[in-house]
Amino acid sequence: MRHISEYRDASRMGPLLDAISASVARPINLMEVCGGQTHNLLKYGIDAMLPEQLTMLHGPGCPVCVTPLELIDQAIAIAKIEDVIVTSFGDMLRVPGSHTDLLGARSEGADVRIVYSPLDAVDLAEKHRDRQIVFVGVGFETTAPIDALAVLRARQKDLDNFSLLAAHVLVPPAIDALLCAGDVNIHGFLAPGHVCAVMGYTEYEALAERHGVPIVVTGFEPLDLLVGIHMAVRAIQTGQATVFNQYRRVVTREGNVPAQQTMRRVFALCDRKWRGLGLIPNSGLRLRSELSRFDAAARFGVAGLTARESTECRAGEVLRGALQPPQCVAFARECNPDHPLGAPMVSAEGACAAYYNHRRT
Amino acid sequence: MPIGLSCPLPLAQYPKITMAHGGGGRLMHMLIDELFTTAFGKTEEHDGATLEVEGGRIAITTDSFVVKPLFFPGGNIGTLAVNGTVNDLAACGAVPKALTAGFILEEGLPTETLWRVVLSMAAAAEVAGVPIVTGDTKVIEHRDGNGLFINTTGLGMVADGVSIAAGRARPGDRVLINGSIAAHGVAVMSVREGLKFESDLKSDCAPLAEMVQRLLTAVGPTAVHVLRDPTRGGVATTLCEISCAAHCCVVIHEETVPVADGAMGACEILGLDPLYVANEGKMLIIVAPDSADAALATLRAHPDGKDAAIIGEVVESPQGRVIGRNTFGGERVLDMHSGEQLPRIC
Repeated sequence: MRHISEYRDASRMGPLLDAISASVARPINLMEVCGGQTHNLLKYGIDAMLPEQLTMLHGPGCPVCVTPLELIDQAIAIAKIEDVIVTSFGDMLRVPGSHTDLLGARSEGADVRIVYSPLDAVDLAEKHRDRQIVFVGVGFETTAPIDALAVLRARQKDLDNFSLLAAHVLVPPAIDALLCAGDVNIHGFLAPGHVCAVMGYTEYEALAERHGVPIVVTGFEPLDLLVGIHMAVRAIQTGQATVFNQYRRVVTREGNVPAQQTMRRVFALCDRKWRGLGLIPNSGLRLRSELSRFDAAARFGVAGLTARESTECRAGEVLRGALQPPQCVAFARECNPDHPLGAPMVSAEGACAAYYNHRRT
Repeated sequence: MPIGLSCPLPLAQYPKITMAHGGGGRLMHMLIDELFTTAFGKTEEHDGATLEVEGGRIAITTDSFVVKPLFFPGGNIGTLAVNGTVNDLAACGAVPKALTAGFILEEGLPTETLWRVVLSMAAAAEVAGVPIVTGDTKVIEHRDGNGLFINTTGLGMVADGVSIAAGRARPGDRVLINGSIAAHGVAVMSVREGLKFESDLKSDCAPLAEMVQRLLTAVGPTAVHVLRDPTRGGVATTLCEISCAAHCCVVIHEETVPVADGAMGACEILGLDPLYVANEGKMLIIVAPDSADAALATLRAHPDGKDAAIIGEVVESPQGRVIGRNTFGGERVLDMHSGEQLPRIC
């Protein structure tokens, strides 16, 4: 398939691996932020082909994984209210809350539906005017613009039965928090290509300068990853603490400006609790006060709901890159895709699921 | 066999049936292995059963169809109900002889909808060369007014010398498929409420019994060890069942698996793995190594097998595993999913 097969051309892998090996002169810890990158590193066996001195740390870039427990409990509580239809993206439905997940709520009679776009949830609201339609909006800067568009469309159509349970998070504050915490030694980052497609990478320039680390905006296909890793390793070895763009076919420095404007019309910055990472200042998005009537948490009175994390799951350490999934004692034993103890084992982008699928042969 | 009073399923975890229990993955197998088998006794793990009767061997299979929406590009619930059961008979190596059709209709279902479905069933049965000989009708109370469920049972005859079972896969055997995968699952998803997306893709729904008979004739009945149609759960899940039943390992070379072009794009966007997407006109065929080329040529000469390919082989260990290899040298365990694949966030 064009635009994909070229980036999966195995014959071009050898020279890139050689170039990476030749560039690594000391132990290097490189973190890929996005869960999609983690999965492809493992799927294509790239992590195992890299030189021994180069360790890939897996970052907090799985949107489902960092969504706080409270939000899942809130979504389940709302789903149990009569005449409500809760909608979300697929992999959100199996993430365990305090007691059950959204699929469990569905088997108890709640109306929980998978949609591919929040705009489909708006269509549902138009079609079922006698029901309340709630979209569980989680994710990074990649999903925030379309969620914003859904709210604007609901307002334009004057739909008083649509609302958004929002828990959007932003990547740069999380990288900043990881580097400030300092408990994990990270020499460089592969920034998430699709987040940068929306936001551009000016925010990352400030981060690179402040913390003295190179950041390479990187794509997701195996050759993208290898080129990104090579660029990062070279920059680390030569001490260039700046931003490089491997994913030029998709990402520009300014990003998708209309998408950013749509986000800003609908959302404002807020402090946000990340599952596993705790509260990070200015790391989330909330509905602007003039659009608060679309806030599902307020509409259904669940905003005060609190939850406590299980002590069995070490997802927090995994999400910070402090623990590789197989080092967790519960990995592939008590914790597996059928009985996940935490979100990283559930999501298509979770690091634990990546190791479970690709590292048991 | 004594049956305990308590349910063998871990009740604390699954006090109620979830959709995943019907998704073709691990939870469904748990339900079959731990609940139905406990009550009914162990049967051969296959799409149908074969029974010795006076004058020959019959194959019998049953399947229920609950697809939503009822109509999708390339077919509808009626064509599925006929072809699905015909293909389960084909997977037993049988020539289909008769089908039954049981209908569960919801109060409020438009009669015209039922008529369209029934006409499609008649047409599909004619193409497959099998009569629908008896049936049953029940009506249930109104829910959303669109409910139509069909059960079909199929009866076929198995020729002498044909011995097909998941447990017959042997190290060295080759794994073939008769064409591009993932079209059916993606076509249905493309018209499902809340998930609609533009796609030209059509379901691959087709009857395969005649193609299978040609294959058995061409390579000889004993050379064909396993036949399975990879419907729910897709190619990966079906191969997991085979590797477990045969106590061997199946290795798939991922780049050799033909994927329908439109399906590949949709899977990339939705974050689905084509190896786990449902098919309705595909057959996984495991043959003795020296018959692989002849089997491939026979399949490719048939309209329903023109894109056939050899996609992997059976090896000794690790037993019960399916391994996907890619050209990069990476490999992964192709496990059974717990239930349905869910489109991801981004």
